[in-house]
Amino acid sequence: MGGGALDDRGDAVVTALRRAVAGVRWYLREFSGESRWDAYVAACAADGTSPMSRREFERHRDHLREHSAQGRCC
Amino acid sequence: MSTSTAAPPSRSSRPSPASIAVWVLVAVVGAACWTVLALSRDEEVSALWILFAALASYAIAYRFYARFIGRKVLKLDDRRATPAERLENGADFEVTDRRVLFGHHFAAIAGAGPLVGPVLAAQMGYLPGTIWIIVGVIFAGAVQDMVVLFFSMRRDGKSLGQMIREEIGVVGGTAALIAVFAIMIIILAVLSLVVVNALAESPWGVFSIGLTIPIALFMGFYLRYLRPGRVLETTGIGVVLLLLAIIGGGYVETWGLGEALTLDKETLTLLLVGYGFVASILPVWMLLTPRDYLSTFMKVGVIILLAVGLVLANPVLSTDAVTPFASSGEGPVFAGKLFPFLFITIACGALSGFHALISSGTTPKLVAKERQVKMIGYGGMLMESFVAISALIAACVIDPGLYFAMNSPVGATGGDAASASEFVATLGFSITPDALNAAAASVEEELISRTGGAPTLAFGISQIFDTAFGGGLAAFWYHFAIMFEALFILTAVDAGTRVGRFMLQDTIGNVWPKFGDTSWKPAAWGASAVVVACWGYMLYVGVTDPLGGINQLFPLFGIANQLLAAIALTLCVTLFLKHGWLKWVWVPGIPLAWDLVVTMTASYQKVFSDNPAIGYFAQADATRTARDAGELRGAATNADQMDVIIRNSTTNGVLQATFALLVIVIVANAVLIWVKAVRAGSLPTTEVPAVPSEIVAPADFVATKEEKAELAAWEAERSTTAGTRS
Repeated sequence: MGGGALDDRGDAVVTALRRAVAGVRWYLREFSGESRWDAYVAACAADGTSPMSRREFERHRDHLREHSAQGRCC
Repeated sequence: MSTSTAAPPSRSSRPSPASIAVWVLVAVVGAACWTVLALSRDEEVSALWILFAALASYAIAYRFYARFIGRKVLKLDDRRATPAERLENGADFEVTDRRVLFGHHFAAIAGAGPLVGPVLAAQMGYLPGTIWIIVGVIFAGAVQDMVVLFFSMRRDGKSLGQMIREEIGVVGGTAALIAVFAIMIIILAVLSLVVVNALAESPWGVFSIGLTIPIALFMGFYLRYLRPGRVLETTGIGVVLLLLAIIGGGYVETWGLGEALTLDKETLTLLLVGYGFVASILPVWMLLTPRDYLSTFMKVGVIILLAVGLVLANPVLSTDAVTPFASSGEGPVFAGKLFPFLFITIACGALSGFHALISSGTTPKLVAKERQVKMIGYGGMLMESFVAISALIAACVIDPGLYFAMNSPVGATGGDAASASEFVATLGFSITPDALNAAAASVEEELISRTGGAPTLAFGISQIFDTAFGGGLAAFWYHFAIMFEALFILTAVDAGTRVGRFMLQDTIGNVWPKFGDTSWKPAAWGASAVVVACWGYMLYVGVTDPLGGINQLFPLFGIANQLLAAIALTLCVTLFLKHGWLKWVWVPGIPLAWDLVVTMTASYQKVFSDNPAIGYFAQADATRTARDAGELRGAATNADQMDVIIRNSTTNGVLQATFALLVIVIVANAVLIWVKAVRAGSLPTTEVPAVPSEIVAPADFVATKEEKAELAAWEAERSTTAGTRS
C-alpha cells in the first residue's frame, strides 16, 4: 500500500512498546532482587574470581534476611 | 578527578513558560475540584472530584513544599556521600536505584491502616476525611517521613529510639523504647481484629485466607530447593494459586466444607495467635519472605486496579458531605466528635507515626543520594495518602443505610436484617430488610454488623469493580478485596512479631547478653511467645468485647499511632534547634503542635470523660454501678458480659493513660534540650561528618536533561578509569 510513513509510525510504536516492556522487566527484576545474582556474577567476572553457585548465593541471602528484622507497617 | 562531580545543591533556574503554564493548570484543576466538593449540597457528586482534588494537591505540594523543604530547610547536598555509599556492605548498607527504593519504602509503610481508618471515618461524611487526609499528609505525614529519613540518613541509619536516647536523653530514650514496643503491640492486635472480624462466619474467606499459608510454604520450598532466586516466576505461580483459592472459596458449600469452615471469633483468635507464633519462629525463607512477595505484588496491583476502576466506574458519592455525627459525636461506628476523633481515626494516610520506624533504620541505609530523600520520604507518603483517599471513596459510594448496618456493633443492630433496618432508621437513615438481604446475596456473605472496615471496603470495591469491569463478579471482587487486605495484615503480623521479638531480645540482652543472641533458640522462642501473648491478649479483649472491639480499640490504635508521630516530630524539632535552624522550626513544629493538641485532647477524653460512650473509666464505672444494682447495661446480655466490659474498659483506660504519660515524659525531656539549644544558638549533634560523594544519580522520578548528561559523563569516566586499571 506504500504506507512508508505508516510503517515508520508502526516501528516507532513497536520500539516504544519494547522499551516499556524492557523497563517493566528491569524494574521487577531489580525490585524482587532477582537481578542481584547477575550483578554478583558480573562483579566476579570483573575481579577475575569464580562465583559460587546460585544455590549457595541465595542461601547466603536467606541467611542475611534471617538475621535482620524488616518491619512492615500498618 | 572523579570526586565532586555532583552539581551544587541549588540549581535554581528560571522556570520555563511551559512549566509555568502546566502548574497554573494543575492549580486551576485542583481549585475547581475543591470548590465543587465544598459547595455541593443535596446533589449528586462524582467521586472523581475527590480523586482529582487529591492528585492536584499532591502534585503542587510535591513540586513546591517538598522542594522547599529539601532545598532551603534541610539543604540536601548531593556532594555528601550517603551511608549507603560510605558503608556499602552488600547487606543492609547498599546503594539502591531510587525508583526501586521508592517501591520498597512504599511497600514497607503502606498496609491495611490507610484502608481501614478512612472507612470508619466515613461515618462523619466524605468531606472531613478528605480534607484531613490531604491537608494532613502535605503538612504533617509526608513532612515527618521525609525529615526523619533525612536525620537518620545523616546518622548512618540509626533507629528512632537510638536517636532519641542520644539527642534528647536517657529518660526520653527509655520512654520511647517502651512506647514504641507497647504501641506496636496495640497495632498488631487491632490489625488482627480486623482480620478476625472479616473472616468470622465466612467459610469462603477462611478457605481463601487459609490457603495462603500452604501457597506461601510451597513458594518458600520452591525458591529454596527447586529454583533458587527465581522470585518473579515463583510469585507468578503464587498469584495464580491465590486467585484460584479465591474462586475455589465460592464452592466450599458445594464441596460440603461450609460447616467445617464456619468459624466463630474465639476460634479464629486462637488460630491466629498460634499461627503468629509459628510464623515468627520458622526460618523466614519458609513463610515470611514468600508471603511478603505475594503481599507486595498484590498490594501494588490492587492499588493500580482500584485507581483505574474508580476512573472507569465514575461512582457517585452516596454519603452526605458532613453527617450529623460530626457534631453530635454519637455515631455508632466510633464515639466522639469530629475534633479530635476524626483526626485519630484516620492516622495512616494523613500522619502515621509508625512510618518513623521505617524511615529510620532500614530505608536510610539504602539511599544513593541525599536529594532523593524528597522523592522517597515525601513521595512515598503521598502515595500512601492516595491509597487512603481511594479507600474513603470506596466507603462513601455505599448506600449510607447499608454502611451503618455493616459498621454498627451487633449489640446495636441485633444481627438480622429486620432489626438492623429498624436500628438504621433510628440513626436517621433508611434501608429496607429486603435491600439488606439483596446486598448480602450479591456478595454471598452476611453483612450485618461486619465491623472493622475490611468488609465495608470490600463491598465498596466490589461495587466499583463490578460497574467498571462488568461481568457480574461482585462476589468474586468482594472476596478478592478481603483476601488482599487479610494478606497485608498477616504479613504485618508476622513481620511485626519478629520486630517485636528482636526489640525484646535486644533490650533484655543489655542485662543478660545471652538472651540477645538472635540465633539462640530458647531466647528467640521465649521472646516470640511474649510478643504473641501480648497482642493475642489484646486481640482477645477486642473479640470478646460486648460493646464491639473495633468501637472500643480503634481509638486506642489511632491515638497510639499518632502519639508515635508526636515522638518522631519531637525528635525532629529537637534536631532542628540543635542544628540552629530556629528559622525553619515551624516545618516540623506546626505538625507537632497540632498532633499534640489532637492526641492529648483525645487521650484526656478517653481517660477522663464522664460520658461512658467515650471515657473508658466512665464506661467501667457505669457498668460496675449497674452490675452492683443487679441490672444489665448497654449491649451486655448477661452478668458475665458486664464483668468483661468492666475489665476491658479498665485495661484500655490504663493503656491509654500510660501511652499519653510516656509521650509527655519524652516531650518534657525534649523541652529542656530545646531551651538549652535556643539559648546556645546550636548544640553539637551526632551527625556524621561530611565525606565527598563519588557517585552520580538523578534526584527525582524522572531524570532531567542535565542529570542524564551528568550521569552519562560519569559513567564514561568510570569505564575509562576501570579500563586503564585492569
